[in-house]
Amino acid sequence: MKQLTVISGKGGTGKTSITGSLAILAKNVVVADCDVDAPDLHMLLHPQIMEKQSFKGSKLAIIDVFKCAKCGLCRKTCRFDAISDDLTVDSIACEGCGVCALICPSTAITLTERVSGNAYISTIPQGFMSHALLNPGEGNSGKLVTLVRQNAKNIAITKKLDVIIIDGSPGIGCPVIASISGVDAALVVSEPTLSGIHDLKRVLGLLNHFKVAPFVCINMHDINPDITRQIQEFCRANNIEVLGLIPYNKEVTEAMVNGKTIVEYSPESKVSMEIKQMWTKITKVLEVTAN
Amino acid sequence: MAVASGKGGTGKTCVAVNLAVSLGSVQLLDCDVEEPNSNLLLHLKQKKVEFVYVKIPKIDEAKCTHCGSCVKVCQYNVILALKQQILLFPELCHSCGGCMLFCPQDAITEEKHPIGSLNFCKANDLELVYGELEIGKPMPVPIIKAAKQQINHSKNVIIDSPPGTSCSFVETVRGSDFCVLVTEPTPFGLHDLQIAVEVLRKIHVPFGVVVNRAGVGDRKVYDYCTKEGIPLLLEIPYDRRIAEFYSRGIPFSLEMLGWKEKFQALFSKIEEIEPQ
Repeated sequence: MKQLTVISGKGGTGKTSITGSLAILAKNVVVADCDVDAPDLHMLLHPQIMEKQSFKGSKLAIIDVFKCAKCGLCRKTCRFDAISDDLTVDSIACEGCGVCALICPSTAITLTERVSGNAYISTIPQGFMSHALLNPGEGNSGKLVTLVRQNAKNIAITKKLDVIIIDGSPGIGCPVIASISGVDAALVVSEPTLSGIHDLKRVLGLLNHFKVAPFVCINMHDINPDITRQIQEFCRANNIEVLGLIPYNKEVTEAMVNGKTIVEYSPESKVSMEIKQMWTKITKVLEVTAN
Repeated sequence: MAVASGKGGTGKTCVAVNLAVSLGSVQLLDCDVEEPNSNLLLHLKQKKVEFVYVKIPKIDEAKCTHCGSCVKVCQYNVILALKQQILLFPELCHSCGGCMLFCPQDAITEEKHPIGSLNFCKANDLELVYGELEIGKPMPVPIIKAAKQQINHSKNVIIDSPPGTSCSFVETVRGSDFCVLVTEPTPFGLHDLQIAVEVLRKIHVPFGVVVNRAGVGDRKVYDYCTKEGIPLLLEIPYDRRIAEFYSRGIPFSLEMLGWKEKFQALFSKIEEIEPQ
């Protein structure tokens, strides 16, 4: 089984549009949407949910007001300022460390599991999809990413599918690290802006740190040919293959509005041709069959 | 005032920076510490760098009896006790201090572990502080907290938020008087806007919407704002020139006539609706 993660560093460079297109081209595939706090891929792939599981990613301190002697020791000990002057727990600030529960002389505090979101396993015409939704404002997205990937792996094994395509989140923090650990390759979707090149370098640094093979594509390359050239030169100097140059095309947004990927909406467009050619290259690198 | 979005790449930094340069005498705080981009548009000279540290446990092997108390206390699996050896995974540590507090042998102290930096820049009346997470470190929140401690209370402060709607976003926007949500009129933009709105309602931060790349996509973002009674503060049209200025690291309000005034008007509008 081979795993490919699509990431970008900078947000909004086109990760999800490209991941969706790759999923359509791959056919027998498991797709994992690991952008768990703002997942969008389902709007292109229309999964039919088969299974739902609740995600208990963290804990929360609960104070029993009848047992509480109002000594305030919990408030003094809490490093997250999660306990107010009137000794109530701020559920957003609480990181579930449990120190308050252990220190309370009246044993008035318990640590409870909180449901931070849901994970789903679904079918799509091209195979299966593993996805999730973190409840608004909840933390611990890294753990939920790990669960989504585990679900994807399990289904790939039982259904004998040999490719998992993972849509990552922007940034370089915990959910991104969780989405790249142990994958066979990562495709970085970049854009030719100063922010794009800056964020590309940081995300390539991250891939290098975790020893994941990097590939790059430059989306909307014609917005700034100079910076596109800079990205190509940077990649060449660092022995990183640029798999594709995708032009700007407003049809990508039109496709999205219609709930479709660009390769379905406008299969003959230059964007689609370029993505198809990228997928062929990726299948060679990953040594999987194209269809 | 925070500038946030839910979906990445909708133009948060673009709006935050254009607001800052249009208003002049403000402090801009870049809390997108995983990918801080404000200074790629402002090009301000860096005056000072401060490292940001978190506290992690340090175990005195001479005192440790391998009793395993710390392992039981830790909710984050930072400590692994083997028969002969204690292994630490500092990247997972939330610095709660529990292991140290409950070690029966007093074998645990804390040491500083660097995870990133705060960078201070200034030009004329414009101050910029941006946090930067070190590559390979998973936890941005302590850097966001450190950046917010630098808030200059004598000025108006604009806070550039990271994308998403989880812990980094919440930590950034908490305590702000107002949050500008930048979105684009597409299904992805609307979907992520709705999640961000839910979070802001939960933490009681008033908000309004700026629609960027107006003209692409569809009208559903507008319908949603009308239905929910969310003020539409500004529309920035899809204009290839704006995209090109951004790509070259230039705030477009400095180059395109009338936009400085529009950003100033945006700020006045927010000052009017703020007491909710």
